Amino acid sequence: MKKRFFGGIHPDGRKELSAASALRSLSPKLAILPMQQHIGAPCRPLVRVGEDVLRGQRIGDGEGLCVPVHASVSGRVVAVEPRPHPSGREINAVVIENDRLDRAVPCRENHLPTEQLEPQDILRAIREAGIVGMGGAAFPGDAKALGALGRIDCLIANACECEPYITADDALLRRFPDQVLQGMAILKQCLKPQRAVLAVEDNKAEAIARLQAKMTEDDAAELLVLPARYPQGSERQLILAVTGRELAPGSLPADAGCAVFNVSTFAAIYRAVRLGLPLTQRIVTVSGEAIRRPQNLLVRIGTPLSELIALAGGLTEENARVHSGGPMMGLLQKDLSAPVVKAVNCVLCLPEEKKSAAAPVCLRCGKCVEVCPMRLMPLELYRSERSGDLNALRSLNPFDCIECGCCAYVCPGALPLVEHIRRGKRSLKEGVQK
Amino acid sequence: MNAEMNSSPHIHSPLSTRRIMLDVLIALLPAFLAGAARLGWRALAVGGVSVAAALGSEALVCALRRRGCSPSDGSAAVTGLLLAMTLPVSVPLWQTALGAAFAVIVVKEMGGGLGQNAFNPALAARALLMLLFPASISRYPALDGVSSATPLHRMALSALPQESPLELLLGNCSGSIGEISSIALLAGGAYLIHRRVISPRIPLACIGAVAALSLLLPRAGSSLHSSLQWMLCQLLSGGLLLGAIFMVTDYSSSPVTPRGQAIYGALCGGLIVLLRSVGIYPEGVTYAILIANALAGCIDRLCIPRRFGVQRGGRA
Repeated sequence: MKKRFFGGIHPDGRKELSAASALRSLSPKLAILPMQQHIGAPCRPLVRVGEDVLRGQRIGDGEGLCVPVHASVSGRVVAVEPRPHPSGREINAVVIENDRLDRAVPCRENHLPTEQLEPQDILRAIREAGIVGMGGAAFPGDAKALGALGRIDCLIANACECEPYITADDALLRRFPDQVLQGMAILKQCLKPQRAVLAVEDNKAEAIARLQAKMTEDDAAELLVLPARYPQGSERQLILAVTGRELAPGSLPADAGCAVFNVSTFAAIYRAVRLGLPLTQRIVTVSGEAIRRPQNLLVRIGTPLSELIALAGGLTEENARVHSGGPMMGLLQKDLSAPVVKAVNCVLCLPEEKKSAAAPVCLRCGKCVEVCPMRLMPLELYRSERSGDLNALRSLNPFDCIECGCCAYVCPGALPLVEHIRRGKRSLKEGVQK
Repeated sequence: MNAEMNSSPHIHSPLSTRRIMLDVLIALLPAFLAGAARLGWRALAVGGVSVAAALGSEALVCALRRRGCSPSDGSAAVTGLLLAMTLPVSVPLWQTALGAAFAVIVVKEMGGGLGQNAFNPALAARALLMLLFPASISRYPALDGVSSATPLHRMALSALPQESPLELLLGNCSGSIGEISSIALLAGGAYLIHRRVISPRIPLACIGAVAALSLLLPRAGSSLHSSLQWMLCQLLSGGLLLGAIFMVTDYSSSPVTPRGQAIYGALCGGLIVLLRSVGIYPEGVTYAILIANALAGCIDRLCIPRRFGVQRGGRA
């Protein structure tokens, strides 16, 4: 049943930088809460400047594919205006001055046995808590679960965390394995799959031991240890590894009878359904060679990246490159006042890049073809995008590309392959519109 | 410009173009030095002239083209050293220089430049020299009073060479500068595979095809023992290992698809056996690989990897 995915790479994990640290909490002076932290329609602010808010209070919501945003600290709203967002754009945000009192909205706990939880109640709790996919995609959690309702036989908890440096899920599993397992039991009750699998890479020995200790009496979920290889945590590659099924181009996991959620999302679901707590905090890895004290932080959503960096001892060099997310798929940050949003799992600080004098050149070595987990031909995609041959480009299936970056990582000629494939997708989409 | 620099991924494998070329030079060095140790100081002169001429030609072309290329990437040095290794030690130095200049200027740079040339520059240059100066390319000087015939000269007559497979492995025979020491070539190949400069697919397919075909093809009056010996001598003599490890794996003239690479390697092996047994030259590696070079693009088009989530034949 299990199947190795094709291609992939073994970059130096560098996880030892942050893995061993204690989990410190961080509550910011100013919480900047963008009204869009998910894929879909943005929220409307529900509070005005000057208003007093409690932690856990809903401060933004909207219709359609949308989940609400909650205040992550108590205090006064000091601004509702566009602010820098880790995506690089400016997005309307509610800014709260933290009064450090941590006054919270009273929450309704739910201690019903799991079998008595109703699917629609679970879905409602997931939506009301503002839960999105916390592995990076930020798809609204209730919509994803609803799409899987009655269609799946396998529920997968993704703890692969295959990107180098990041240890946030690892820290979560070591500290709060119960929350993840209970979250899985809740969603299993909601979606009724035959199997619930927690997939983890074999480089997280302590987390695996913790889970095994907890799972002995628990038959709700099975643990699957996969060899560490990037991009094992990518949805399509993970479904292949767990079920042996290859998702057809353009189709969704539910089409192959699967639903994949990050382990942080499962913990958030547990906290939402059982404790009545909305999503207002998450674990973020602050790591890289250019940060003084790499570590994991339990961070309020909305904390500016600069505060995480300061708490981790600051940058070691002036020209360090700061990214949200991992080194393979993360985004370079120009403005460190951008906040941690729900899907940010890492603030990665790398030293200034030494610019190579040589111009990028394709050696036709074939390494990009050898590592592409979607079995594309990155060098040909690059060439047809550069020459503007859209028909050739389309025949190379650029929309299959998951932008994992394996090709550009291995390219000895340093071609910006991912960037050009992205451009190719854009020109094809524009071509269709015209 | 900025968008490209800021694009993910933000880390990069340490294996750069220049590092790859350095690794190939490192891998070639033991075999080259083993040849020089056996054939004398003149081998060093041939190697030096060839590398210098290749680098000089590359510098000239880069100066004329005035855009993004530089002899410092090391690819011209690799071409120069590879050419020297395919030549007999007695080759006139001016012919060596001519060959190296042809390899870099005509075959590589006029063929599209680094990564784009369809034919292996060193082998194309050797083929040219064989055409222009057959006497100096196919003459192997006597060693310590031993016969000047290379093992392959005898095998062209369907006779086993005088040397045992062990002697061939250790380089106790005559031949071109770089093909003498099989064990040094194998060590170089192991280094390149370890460094992930080449995948073992191509050399294994090529060597495997030669082994299988030389075992299977009927030869008059042969016992199993002599068949095995015949196979080993085919593998260890002439330019087979030099070709299979360092020439067939040349990036720009070989396929990029994994399946295509395996097919291409086997094709090279098959052509080598064919040309060794039917041609007027005892050796067939040079022409076999050049013919396969011409087919590499076609092989790639037939071997495009199966699309993820789609069965072969297009069914989802």
